[in-house]
Amino acid sequence: MKKKNNILKKLANKAYEFGFVSKIKTEIIESGLNEEIIRLISKKKNEPEWLLEFRLTAYRHWQTMPMPTWAHLNIPPIDYQAISYYADPLKKNKENSNKEIDPELMKTFEKLGIPLEERLALSGTAVDAVMDSVSVKTTFKEELKEKGIIFCSMSEAVQEYPDLVRKYLGSVVNYRDNFFAALNTAVFSDGSFVYIPKGVRCPMELSTYFRINAANTGQFERTLIVADDNSYVSYLEGCTAPMRDENQLHAAIVEIIVNDNAEVKYSTVQNWYPGDAEGKGGVYNFVTKRGDCRGHGSKLSWTQVETGSAITWKYPSCILRGDNSQGEFYSVALTNNYQQADTGTKMIHLGKNTKSTIISKGISAGKSQNSYRGLVRVSKNADGARNYSQCDSLLLGNECGAHTFPYMDIHNNGAVIEHEATTSKISEEQLFYCNQRGIGTEEAIGLIVNGYAKEVLNKLPMEFAIEAQKLLSVSLEGAVG
Amino acid sequence: MDCVQEYIELFENNRTLIDGPCCKKLNEEREKAFVRFKTEGFPGLKDENWRHTNVAKKFATNFGMDLGRKSATSNIKGSFTCDVPNLKTYKGYVLNDNFVADENNRLLPEGVIIGSINEIAALHPELIGKHYNSLAEKGDSTVQFNTSFAQECMVLYVPKNVVIEETVQIIALLQTNVEILTNRRLLVIMEENSHASLLLCDHSATERESLSTSVTEIFIGRGASLNLYELEETTDSNTRLGNLFVRQEHDSRFNHCNITLTNGFTRNYVEVVLDGEGAETNINGLAIGDKMQHIDNRTLVDHRKGHCTSNELYKYILDENSTGVFSGKMLIRTVAQQTVSQQTNRNLCLTSCAHMYAQPQLEIYADDVKCSHGSTVGQLDENALFYMQQRGIPAEEARHLLMYAFAGEVIDNIKLEALRERLHILVEKRFRGELNHCKGCNLCK
Repeated sequence: MKKKNNILKKLANKAYEFGFVSKIKTEIIESGLNEEIIRLISKKKNEPEWLLEFRLTAYRHWQTMPMPTWAHLNIPPIDYQAISYYADPLKKNKENSNKEIDPELMKTFEKLGIPLEERLALSGTAVDAVMDSVSVKTTFKEELKEKGIIFCSMSEAVQEYPDLVRKYLGSVVNYRDNFFAALNTAVFSDGSFVYIPKGVRCPMELSTYFRINAANTGQFERTLIVADDNSYVSYLEGCTAPMRDENQLHAAIVEIIVNDNAEVKYSTVQNWYPGDAEGKGGVYNFVTKRGDCRGHGSKLSWTQVETGSAITWKYPSCILRGDNSQGEFYSVALTNNYQQADTGTKMIHLGKNTKSTIISKGISAGKSQNSYRGLVRVSKNADGARNYSQCDSLLLGNECGAHTFPYMDIHNNGAVIEHEATTSKISEEQLFYCNQRGIGTEEAIGLIVNGYAKEVLNKLPMEFAIEAQKLLSVSLEGAVG
Repeated sequence: MDCVQEYIELFENNRTLIDGPCCKKLNEEREKAFVRFKTEGFPGLKDENWRHTNVAKKFATNFGMDLGRKSATSNIKGSFTCDVPNLKTYKGYVLNDNFVADENNRLLPEGVIIGSINEIAALHPELIGKHYNSLAEKGDSTVQFNTSFAQECMVLYVPKNVVIEETVQIIALLQTNVEILTNRRLLVIMEENSHASLLLCDHSATERESLSTSVTEIFIGRGASLNLYELEETTDSNTRLGNLFVRQEHDSRFNHCNITLTNGFTRNYVEVVLDGEGAETNINGLAIGDKMQHIDNRTLVDHRKGHCTSNELYKYILDENSTGVFSGKMLIRTVAQQTVSQQTNRNLCLTSCAHMYAQPQLEIYADDVKCSHGSTVGQLDENALFYMQQRGIPAEEARHLLMYAFAGEVIDNIKLEALRERLHILVEKRFRGELNHCKGCNLCK
């Protein structure tokens, strides 16, 4: 039995290749959550008074809220006082008043495949690298600035563009929205701030890489993207964390504002540490992502590949406020071992002739539970609204679960809403066919799963798509037989 | 004082009156149910299962309850026959919440029992003791409310290998000149390899505000089959809270069709437990709403054993300010391998003031299954309407034809030909606005 466990452990270790810890001197504030801590975070970031007030209002509201229990998840109680809400790996350098980054930090990101030196970077991608609570470096900032594009960390934006931040921050996700949104608003640290001016098509992919490194901390980043009239941007997000036996909390907010005829494409490859084969450890990923398609003819497209996290609670949404606006949601959620995912989207049709598409592919293996939960709401004035939803689930193994919970609230007779869902397993015939042609069972399953998820993977930018494909195969290792 | 407290006091102050005419089993279950109702109260809008149906508000009316069993003596049969032409039936009546047997019933097959639980419990205490409230025990607080106040339960017992050729029709009628709350109960026990068809008609002959809760428990034994048709034709002032619990054993079949033709405020809950291999269940529903009608159907099909099949089809046609709520869940447990399950929900919204909330759900823990669900909300096809008008069919007529065809899919699943034909006519009349009552009996004429 022990030997078997070792093999399992090996497999699990192999599967998660980003589980290393970097030895970086990090300044971590004492754990606990109270008004003093929030004042301290705000002071460390040298924030204006209004932002501190914004945080405190949210904190006071958060205290009155109960932890939500409606999701199809089994969330162990979380001790919010045991978490440290601010960890700064740059501290050492700040003392030396040197702008250079700790080489260890550079190495960490290199190891993750995210070189921070521009000459090494993949052409066409600008990166904002965030470790724990602080943005380490943002590349290609200057090149982007020439076009008038602002791409920087949130703390920088607060200092340099306070008017823009104040105008948009919290305008899509109010602090009263939900439990984790209130928590994030109270303690949020770095994330990215993107502003694309009128008529500009962003020449490169913008990307943020999130890394949790320090122990006993949580990551609470906040990202704000504003696409002004007739602009376009494609934004990517990736994330990893070290392997630890205790659970770590990640509660982020992403707000997107899309104005007239602008288009935003937001892609995520979520690969937080999922916990080991026995379900020990892993990141709790409780994220609120929402885009407001304010403008006429605006378009927002969410693409996500969810393979990590012990527990995922995530519903990237589109508010289709502008007439003729469009929302899209493409998702592949893979759960293995003891992972739990409750993810989906909300499409709120408010404007006339709005369209939304939902394609969700769930894959459950091991003893995991994977749920799709989505809402399509058509308000009274949303004439000509159109929605198409397709949610498929694939079950690998007889101990996992796949669930579908769609909600359709229709208040307009001009709406055409379609939803369909299927659940099945990989057929014996398909496997037999592959085996016959000399493809091993594990490889065959990887092949079939990738084919099943292709509709979504095709929507990812090139480099990401390749990474996601690899990730799907790797995450399934050990799930068969 | 909120209405929950009022009901609690009503119960506690009238305990002797409530217990009086009832058999021991009813009173035993009442005791347990009341404890639960007392702690839980009525479900609120924050309850996920009651998100769009505010039931607590409906209970707030100052209703009277016939705890002294006064309407038991009224003569229902003379005034109310509710015929389905060409359909031979054995009849039973429920007036408000009192069971009235029909003495004119031709002889039932040997061993079949139709009657009041309070009489049957004396003759067959084991039968009642084993079955009554055993499925409804876990129901929500509205079910517990019913169990607390129910003083009567109609029982249909079909023994082993007995086939009832003719349909058993149970006509429930509300007749009152005060605001009334009724608590109806039905228990159906189908032994091995038996077969029956049951038609439940729900009518109202009062314009007074009324609320009826009903709990139906059905046990279908190995190889047995039951067709159950429920037809609601009540008035705007009526609130109906129906709860149906079914437990199926090996190779049994259950066909259910629930049609809401006219109503005020309706909530139907259907829970089918497939507890034996090879069982099959088909549940269908049709709801036609206009004015301020509210129709909420919630279903749960619980696959507990492998090799079972379930099909579900619910259709809504919503006109004017009506509201439709559909929530259907297919639960496939780990052991229920080789399950085939299909759920379809289609809805027509005819005006911009009609609201539809649809929530088809799959909860699956077994891997070797074929499960799918689909749900749509839309309106009549403009091209089809145009096509028909081109060929000389007036717009209004074309609309009716399309709606009629849309509803037809549900009605065609009814296995009794006479009833199917009757329903086609009733639905067509309903679309033309000619139907307030079925015109089948003296009462409606």
